[in-house]
This record gives sequence, C-alpha cells and structure tokens, in this order.
Amino acid sequence: MTAAWRVNLAAAVVLLFSMAGVAAMLDAIDRTRSGNAAEESLYLRSPKMLRRLSLGYTGLLADIYWTRAVQYFGEQHHSGTGDFRLLAPLLEITTELDPKLLPAYQFGATFLAPKPPNGAGLPGSALALMRYGIEHNPDQWRLYYNLGFLYYTELKDYAHAAQAFAQGAQLPVTNEFMPILAARMAQHAGEFDTARMLWFTTYQSTKESQIRENAVEHLLALQVDEDVTRLEQVVEKYRLQTGRWPGSMSDLERAGLIHGTPTDPKGHPYRLMAEGRIEVQDPQNIYFITKGLPPGAAPPQPPRQASK
Amino acid sequence: MNSRIGYIAFNTFREAVRDRVLYNLIAFALLLSGAAILVGEISIDIERLVVVNLGLTAVSLFGVVIAIFIGIGLVSKEIDKRTLYTVLSRPVRRWEFVVGKFFGLTGTLVVNTFFMALGVFLALLYVAHKFEKMDGWVLVALYFIVLQFLMVCALALFFSSFSTPLMSAVFTFALFVIGSLAEDLRGFARITHGLAGWIATAVAYVVPNFSALNVISQVAHGDAVPGRLILYNSVYALLYSTMAISGAVLIFQRRNLK
Amino acid sequence: MAAIEILDLEKSYLVGFWRKRQKLALRPLRLTIEEGEVFGFLGPNGAGKTTTLKLLMGLVFPTAGTARILGKNLDDPEVKSQVGFLPEQPYFYDHLSARELLNYYGQLSGMPAKGRSARVEQMLARVGLSDSAGLQLRKFSKGMLQRVGLAQAILHDPKLVFLDEPMSGLDPMGRREVRDLIQQLRNEGKTVFFSTHILSDAEALCDRVGIIHQGELRGVGAVADLTSETRGKVEIIFYSQTVPVGLTSLGAEARVSGDMVNAVVPEEQQDAALEVLRRERLRLISLTPVRSSLEEYYIQKLQPAEAGDDARADDSRDKENRKGAGV
Repeated sequence: MTAAWRVNLAAAVVLLFSMAGVAAMLDAIDRTRSGNAAEESLYLRSPKMLRRLSLGYTGLLADIYWTRAVQYFGEQHHSGTGDFRLLAPLLEITTELDPKLLPAYQFGATFLAPKPPNGAGLPGSALALMRYGIEHNPDQWRLYYNLGFLYYTELKDYAHAAQAFAQGAQLPVTNEFMPILAARMAQHAGEFDTARMLWFTTYQSTKESQIRENAVEHLLALQVDEDVTRLEQVVEKYRLQTGRWPGSMSDLERAGLIHGTPTDPKGHPYRLMAEGRIEVQDPQNIYFITKGLPPGAAPPQPPRQASK
Repeated sequence: MNSRIGYIAFNTFREAVRDRVLYNLIAFALLLSGAAILVGEISIDIERLVVVNLGLTAVSLFGVVIAIFIGIGLVSKEIDKRTLYTVLSRPVRRWEFVVGKFFGLTGTLVVNTFFMALGVFLALLYVAHKFEKMDGWVLVALYFIVLQFLMVCALALFFSSFSTPLMSAVFTFALFVIGSLAEDLRGFARITHGLAGWIATAVAYVVPNFSALNVISQVAHGDAVPGRLILYNSVYALLYSTMAISGAVLIFQRRNLK
Repeated sequence: MAAIEILDLEKSYLVGFWRKRQKLALRPLRLTIEEGEVFGFLGPNGAGKTTTLKLLMGLVFPTAGTARILGKNLDDPEVKSQVGFLPEQPYFYDHLSARELLNYYGQLSGMPAKGRSARVEQMLARVGLSDSAGLQLRKFSKGMLQRVGLAQAILHDPKLVFLDEPMSGLDPMGRREVRDLIQQLRNEGKTVFFSTHILSDAEALCDRVGIIHQGELRGVGAVADLTSETRGKVEIIFYSQTVPVGLTSLGAEARVSGDMVNAVVPEEQQDAALEVLRRERLRLISLTPVRSSLEEYYIQKLQPAEAGDDARADDSRDKENRKGAGV
C-alpha cells in the first residue's frame, strides 16, 4: 500500500521534527522567562486568598508552592544575583496552605536569615516563620531546634536560643543533642563544639540536599577555623620556646609540637606564612571559613552552584 | 490549501454553529456585563484589573471547555455514527479528514474568541471610558489564548483518534491541568535526580506548556510581554499542534473503522 | 477489465481484553466481478458481507490479501472518485439538509462547481426527496435516510456502486423503487455490487450471486443458470394410494400423501415411468422437470461440510458461463 505508506512516512517525519522543535522552543521559552515564572506565581500574594481559591486542594497547592520555593532559591543561587526577595512569600504561602510541611520551615531557617548572597537576609521573617510553625506543630523538636539555631547563629541571642533548645528537649520525641545544646547556650562555652553540634544536627535532621550541602560546608569551615586557631597557638608556643618564628612546618615537627604535616579537610597542607600566620592553600576551595585567609581577604562564598 | 480539507473544515464549523456551540457567547456576555456593571458600581480602582482578569480567564476557560468537548467527538463521533463511511468512500485521504477537522474546530474557536474579545474590550471601555496603550497587551494575551486553543484542539483530536470520547475528555483535561502547571513540572524535573529526574524531564518536555501562554495577570497589571516570548510561543504552539496532529494521523491511518 | 478483483482478501480481529484471541471475520476470499455486472452478495446477518464491503472501501484493513477495483489498488485515491458506496443503515450529518449533504459530498468527490447543484437536484428527484430537500436530516425517517444514502452513492456518476443492504428499512413501495433504480443502473452499464439477505431481491436483480456464510464464500453462480438448470430429473404426480412396484425399480424417490403420489425419477426413465402408470391405469396429474430455486441453492450452500472445493468449482464454471452469455 504505497500511497498509505507515503502518508505514514511523511507524518512520522513531521512528528519527529516537531518534537525536536517543541523541545528547543521550550528551552528558549524557559530562558526568556527564568525568574519571571516565580514572579508571576506571586501575583496573588495573600496566602489566605490562595487557600480559598485552591477549592480545597490545599495539599497539592502547598506542594507546588514548596517546589517553586526550592526551585526559586536554587535558580537565584545559581545565577548569583543574591536576590532572594521572593523566598519569604513563597515559604509563607507554602506553610499557610499546609502548616505541617516541615521541610519548608527548615529551609526557611537555613536560608531566610543569612545575609546575601547566602540567604535572603531576613532574620525577622525567619523567626516569624518558626514561631508560626511551632504554633501549628508544637510537638516537633526540629522547629524548636531551628528557632534556637536562628537565635544562636544569626542573632547571637544566647538566652532565647537556650530557651528554644530547652523547650525542644522536653518533647516526648526529641534529639539527644537538644539538652546539651541548651546547656551550652547557657554557658556560651566551647564555641567550635557548639557550632559543630548545631550544623551536625542540621545535617542529620534533613534530607533536603541544598540544606545538607550547606551544613557540610559549614562543618568543613569549622574544622579549618579550629585547625588554624590551634596551629597558630602551636606557633606561638614555638616562638616562646625558641625566641624566633618557625621557618616551616618541619621546624614545629622537630620541636615535637606536631606530628606529621597538618592538612585541611580537603587534604591540602596548611601553609606557614611570615610572622607565624597559618593560611589554607586554596582559600576559594573552602567556604565560610573565617580563619586561615590571606590578610584582608573576605571569607569566600559558595560559588554559583554547579548545575544539577 | 487542499480544497477537500477546506470543505471538511467548513462542514465542521457549520456543524458546531448549528449545534448551538456559539450560544456560550450569551453566557459569556451576561457574565462579563454583570461583572463590568458591578465593578463600575463599587469603583475600587481596580475596574480594569478585574475586567481583564475575569474576561480573559473566562475566554480561556470557555474556549478550553468547547475545544475539549467538541474535539473529543470529532473523530470518534463520526466513527460511532458511521458518518465517516460515506466520507472516506470518496476521494478523501484520512489525513485530510483529520487536518480538516482540526481546522474546522480551531476556526470555530477563533470566531468564538473574536466575539468574546470584542466583549472584553467593550467592558473595558465601559469601566475605563477610554482605551489606554497598555490595553494592546490584552490583544497579546488573547492571541496566546488562541494558541492555547490550537494545542488543546490538537490534543483532543489526538486522543479522539484512538480512544472513546469519555477517555479522551479525561486525558485532554488532565493534560490541560498538568500543562497549566508545566513550569512547576519543569522546575521539579530540574531539582530531581536519577531515574525520577529522567522521567520528570521527559514528561516535562512532552506535556503542553500552557504556563508560558498564560499572561493574563501580567497584562492585567499592564505589564509588557517580551517580543521574543511572543515569537517563541507562536512557534511552540504551532509545532506542538503539528506534533499532536501528525500523531493523530499516524494512528488514524491504520485504524479499522468498526 | 474486471471491475473488482478480490485476491485472497482476509480479515481477522483480535478480541478479548488482552486482544489475544483471533476472530476470523473473513476467510481468504477470491472473487472477480466483471464490469457491467449486477452482483448479489448473499448471506445471513454476520456472515461477512459488511466486512467485505468495508475492506473494499478501505474502511478496515485486510489481515492478508489484496484487491483491485477498476484495475487500481484499493488505496489509490483515483479509485474512489469512480465508486459509490451506500453503507448499511446509513447515517449522515444530521445538521445538514439533504441538499446540503449532497452538495458537500459532491465537493468531496471533486465534482466541479459548475453543474453540481443541478446534479444534486436531479439525484434528489430520482430518489423522490425533492419535497424534503431543505429539511435537516435529523428530521428524516429511516426510509428517507436510505434514499439519501442511495442518492449520495450515485451522485458523482460512479462506474461502480457498492450497496450494503439497500432494501433494509424500506416499505414495499420503497423496495420497488430501489429495485427499479438498480435496474436502471444496470441499463446504464454500471457495475453494482450489493449485499442482501433477502433472496427474492437477488433473484430479481442479479446477474450472479455469491453466497457467504461464517466468513467463507460458499458458492458463486449465475442466477439464470441456478434457476433454469434442470438437474436431470422429473417430478411426476399422480392419483394413487400406494407406490407402484415398477416405479420403485426405476429408481424413483416417491412419497405418498393422501390419495396422491409424488415421485421423482431420472429424466431418462421418464418414458418408462409413464409406461408404468399407463399399465397400472393411474391418472397422471402433472409432469415437470425439477428446477432448483435460488433458495434451494442458498440453503444447500449454508450447510456446513462441503465448503471450499465446491465454491472454486462453481467459480470456474461460472466464468465460462459469463463468457458465453456475453453480458
């Protein structure tokens, strides 16, 4: 049936070409509209109105807004503009539609408060979000944890932090670190250990990859900060013993002050600089560090995330 | 254009008109004039916003409902009623029939949309007493809505070429809903990994993307629509419709008519 | 040139939820119909008549085999402009009037605009619908739809007309008219292929008939032959209450009913049998050669058993008959 097969062949060719064209056009449309989409999804900013308009399908709508929030943050982070204006409204709508969507609170605690370009720089919104979450989920220790975390890391308000951790520690289901954190807050002791415990708990209590990566980077940075502090103490000790700065790491080793060549968490040896300063080899490689940087250098920031 | 396609398209249009499809315009007119008068009375400074939002949303929904409910019957009804037998026993190729049906239905919707658009602009004139420059973007939004109709018609026709009307309606409506959330789906695909990510990506490319075609809120606020988006959307909608139609042709070519 | 050449056309459907069971709708069918012939396709409901017509119209696709219409392949678009088709219980776009429908079909058949509406009116008159031509078809009765169907089938003056059960749904008057119409088509030299399960229609109209049952062609024959053919026997009816012994010895099959005997004897024994009657002083009522009717032929072909060979034998014999007849 030649005539019929000619039509089939033509239709198949047209089908394939139009499929390829459709895919290409979709990408082009996406490029034209990136950012625009999230903007548009917020023409209706009143969470209560959205709730009414969802015709009862709040769960699904909450999931959609939650996906939008995560995607929006990822995209903005990737583009490097450091502009996270829409994160707060997106998370507010998400949690208004579904107040029990815990990952949204955790995301908010991690990314709303820090200053740009690591977050939206809105600690007030972050605190309000946590309080709203605790109000609707009073039995979730994670929310108390997030609240305490915010007070400690962003606001340096140790009294409120201690209070939040203590409240969370009393819940029937809680985390073993909560009472310890509460105690630590009260003493303000052991800065590194406390911070480490906080980031570790964050890491442990989430599955969201952006939050996890963020926690890992902070843990690595803490390690570097602690190493550098300790090494500089060793150098000082050497100077007190010998009356001069060590010329190299092996001087310290010969003096029996260290064993082997100390390396940073990424495996690069620390460098001994003039006047006993310790520096990491590649400051751009470890984010969030506050020590071991060349003089005058700003703490490095995570680069535009590698595309996923 | 092939003259037989034209005849089939015209007959499809005539059938829709005689089956009183255009009566929906009355409901539309009542809705819009009611809203315009009401908003005009209350006058809370958002008359234009309400008229554009409500008007364009109604144009879109009315049209999609018509597209689905006529589209799903286009082929299957003709098979059920066996009207197709006497058509295909003439020198009419099956693909001509499918393409003719598509043009007939989209023609019906274009005429329908034209009258609705007229209504929207009349309502705008009523509440604002004059046209503004930004009202031009409303035309772009209407154009996008027509593009959306093309895609819905093509999809309905596609499903109609192998499925029952009820199932076709379900499929088409589901795709309309998913397509309206297409950008969320694409976003979801981007942040998902592994097999789920692959599947989500594939699905995100196959479902119609109606998100980018919906600029109603944007033009209601008087925002401009980038020229590039108009171009891309036009090409996209045409290609997507072509894709669905050629799929329909491929299936219909080998369909045995019971 | 043959009008229709069916070369082992075969159709089976896959049925059941998993589409695993095969249902045979048409066993390999081989049939040739000459130009100018009126061919009746006979068989009970569900025998495969409609399937055959749908295959020839390209509405369903064969599982195997091919067919040629007017010397062209089935999917050759050229073919369709010379073919008219009336489906079984036709149904048309009911939003159109009869006039609009015929006009639309005329357009689809590629009839030139000039003269199209005149032809449409002519056809409407021919099937007796001139008065209701402007009425929407949704208001038409079944019989009127059948007439519209006939009109659309012959609208574009096709060389070959396929009619699926053209008489169904018609009152006696309507049947008469359809018969006349087919007769006219024959006189115009058209080829007509029609299916029916009403034997009297076939007997009155057809040059040849084919009998199909359970998807299988059981026999083909020229109507003239089938109904005039003496089978070499005569039927003798006479007054008697017993069958004479002499008759039985001649190989007669005899039946006594009341005071009459009905005996069938071979033709060559006719004289001997009459001699027996005369001897016995029995009164003869009638003597007639035995003719087989189409009905008898039909019933015989519908019996199971003797299928394939028979049909083929008939077919070949038939071709010779046609040559001789030179229609």
